[in-house]
Amino acid sequence: MKVKAKMKKDMAVVKLLAKHPMETGLRKDKKTDKVIPAKYIQELICKHGDKVVFEANFGRAVSKNPYVSFSFAGAKKGDALELSWADNTGETLVVDAVIK
Amino acid sequence: MQEKRRLLLKSVLGFTTVLGAVAAMPKLAMAKWSKAFDIENVDGALGELYGSNEMAASDQIKLKVPEIAENGAVVPVSVKTDLPNVTNISILADKNPQPLAASFIIPEGTAADVSIRIRLGETQVVSAVVESNGKLYTTEQEVKVTIGGCGG
Repeated sequence: MKVKAKMKKDMAVVKLLAKHPMETGLRKDKKTDKVIPAKYIQELICKHGDKVVFEANFGRAVSKNPYVSFSFAGAKKGDALELSWADNTGETLVVDAVIK
Repeated sequence: MQEKRRLLLKSVLGFTTVLGAVAAMPKLAMAKWSKAFDIENVDGALGELYGSNEMAASDQIKLKVPEIAENGAVVPVSVKTDLPNVTNISILADKNPQPLAASFIIPEGTAADVSIRIRLGETQVVSAVVESNGKLYTTEQEVKVTIGGCGG
């Protein structure tokens, strides 16, 4: 997961790109003609300290390697962020970032 | 020793307060992934997600999405609104197999301004639904898709 967080006036602007196949479960493998099982991120959470500042829930219609941007108040340069996602197969990823 | 006991008491009290706050939070604030994403029609998905599908059209929601999407696999969508006390923003595509594409929980202090990229299987109407002061508002736009986003 690539994260860019930057202060813009009094808001922290976060842009992130999560590397994930986001398989819908509707696609077939062209060679074997078998359905590729669904694998997609369901929850994505951003924490600033103990506070959840952003939470996104995804369905299968979110594009491969999801890109999301949002902004929140109450942060300053140098603050740490914790970003995490969980997909429908139970796989999770947690990434730390610093606001620039 | 006295000091330590104070500290312990404080932390125990603190912990109970946190627990209390969690229990008091409304359904959406602690939302786990919703079954609404599996529902195959717009009204049903909204009903499952918000408990209601009554919406008012609003020109205070800015939905930015291309009029023509050459590639349905990657369609950028931005939603921004000046409506007050926004708690949730959702993006729906009515002709996708499951219309609800993404739903964002907006805590206090977070801007009602989000961007994402979604798949569109065919030409269809994309809508943004905003929950403001507990009521639902919406705006929509048709997107012409040249190459569908769901094929292999």
